[in-house]
Amino acid sequence: MTFNRNYFDIGRLDRLAYGRTWVHRLDPRSKVVATLLYLLTVVSLPKYEVAALTPFFLFPVLLAALAGIPARFILRKMLIVSPFAIVIGIANPLLDTRTAVVIAGTPLSGGLLSFFSILLKFALTVGTTLLLIATTSFPGVCHAFRRLGVPSLFVSQLMFLYRYLFVLMEEAMRIVRAREMRSFGARGAEIRVYVRLVGTLFLRTVDRAERIYDAMLSRGFQGDIPTLGRSRMAAADLLFVATTVGFLGLFRFVPVTEGIGRLAQGVLG
Amino acid sequence: MHMADALLSPAVGTTLWAGTAAITGFASHRLKKQIDDRTIPLMGVLGAFIFASQMINFTIPGTGSSGHLGGGMILAVLLGPHAAFLVMASVLTVQALFFADGGLLALGCNVWNLGVYPCYLVYPFLYKPLAGGGKSPGRVLTASVVSAAVALQLGAFSVVLETLLSGKSELPFEAFLLLMQPIHLVIGIVEGFVTAGVINYVRTARPEILASMAASRPLGRDVQLRKVLATFAVLAVVTGGVLSWFASTHPDGLEWSIQRVTGSDSLPEAGQGIVSVLKRFQEKTAVLPDYSFAPAGNEAQKAEESPAWPMVDGGTSAAGIVGAAVVLGMVLLVGLGIRSFRGRNS
Repeated sequence: MTFNRNYFDIGRLDRLAYGRTWVHRLDPRSKVVATLLYLLTVVSLPKYEVAALTPFFLFPVLLAALAGIPARFILRKMLIVSPFAIVIGIANPLLDTRTAVVIAGTPLSGGLLSFFSILLKFALTVGTTLLLIATTSFPGVCHAFRRLGVPSLFVSQLMFLYRYLFVLMEEAMRIVRAREMRSFGARGAEIRVYVRLVGTLFLRTVDRAERIYDAMLSRGFQGDIPTLGRSRMAAADLLFVATTVGFLGLFRFVPVTEGIGRLAQGVLG
Repeated sequence: MHMADALLSPAVGTTLWAGTAAITGFASHRLKKQIDDRTIPLMGVLGAFIFASQMINFTIPGTGSSGHLGGGMILAVLLGPHAAFLVMASVLTVQALFFADGGLLALGCNVWNLGVYPCYLVYPFLYKPLAGGGKSPGRVLTASVVSAAVALQLGAFSVVLETLLSGKSELPFEAFLLLMQPIHLVIGIVEGFVTAGVINYVRTARPEILASMAASRPLGRDVQLRKVLATFAVLAVVTGGVLSWFASTHPDGLEWSIQRVTGSDSLPEAGQGIVSVLKRFQEKTAVLPDYSFAPAGNEAQKAEESPAWPMVDGGTSAAGIVGAAVVLGMVLLVGLGIRSFRGRNS
């Protein structure tokens, strides 16, 4: 079942976030800011750009390597992501057939270039976003959001959502299993049955929310989730953000790839 | 149908981020004044419920394919617009971060498409009048089906617009619409049936739950939608203005993509439609005086003058390919090097 896999992947992504490397110890805010700047820079590259995108792989690769995140896990997750960008992008080579470049006698169309560009951007943005969670943890990102000015009410219920995601998914899995054991073949999957199952799940959810609220009230809940975590940006954080910004600027505005290519051509030929 | 980072331009992405950020601030502000703490855990847990309910599937009659609950409409009916919007925004945030569904930059677009329309447009102006007091199951059914379908149509249409304005895709406007709208009409109608079913089931099984939710929810009357829209308009114009100015100095932004749309000779009429609308709008507002949307004729001429558009000459791009290979190799080596170093140390 596809959702089972997603479920276990969430758990794994969550566990990875409790590593103790240098990357994990950075302030969540610095990682969120660096990631957002990174995404903006990657997306801002022109439509036909392919070669200039390659240096941007340095950021996710460095993050994964320094934080000890298994690359295969991230790659596999990237593959099962819903491929909307690819479905839309694949039309480009069919529609834009004007020759843009001729390389070694082979004409390449503009559509092919822009499709490759979309593929690379897809890999860069998705991979880096997954790495943000894998190195920061979801509550970490939430606290960063709040300190960056996102309304605390929104952040509080975002954290509730995350906390009870696992609980309710297990609940739903039990319901699905029970349905499968009582029905054969396609039976039991009609809308009428479905509506009752989801309705039941909803009622259980509301009851659970009530119990959670009572439990939290007795522990002093006042509408906010405070944290004891570190709140100061250390020198390492500033250094991290500054270095990231520096390299982003370099890769964005200086044709690094082309220079290296010319150098390599010079050495070889 | 989540909008994806890879298809976005920075101008479109940040404009919609600004819009959704403004509405999130507004919704939190309103809610804080009107609800008790009890609703915060309820909202969070209902967000988790939307995810969990997607694990249960059903077969769509007559097709054999399976569907599941979308979320926006049912949340709006159960929680009211503000709370529903925030729950929807957090569901999409979790999807962006964990499933990389959409992406962080595209989050603004996705919250807009799947949150703002059902909660702030369709629910108050379509669902409420159609459903009346929500007592008759038949009216709830009609209202749900119409609302879910309209909300999803608006969302799908926005995806088309956002993709087109970003200019990364070559799909012409009409073809893209034909690709998106019909399939989302079907999905929307099915979602409407399911939404009505769940609401009616909950009302028959435990009527007091809906009643207590309605009691803790703010009344719809003092929703100052005008204020939200005004805030958004100001923010959008400011960000859009600044960023498009920036984009127009680099020819990869909005302007260029719109010219591309009009310049593609396959569907000149569709292109002219957008351009003329945008142009009229732009003449009226005149915030961006030198931001001109060229008429289709001009663009076609330009295209004739320079048939090989991309200003890439062969030598540069050959160096580009060699460079790309070398760079990727170096990046890989750095990664592997660090990993083996860490492996030896631990």
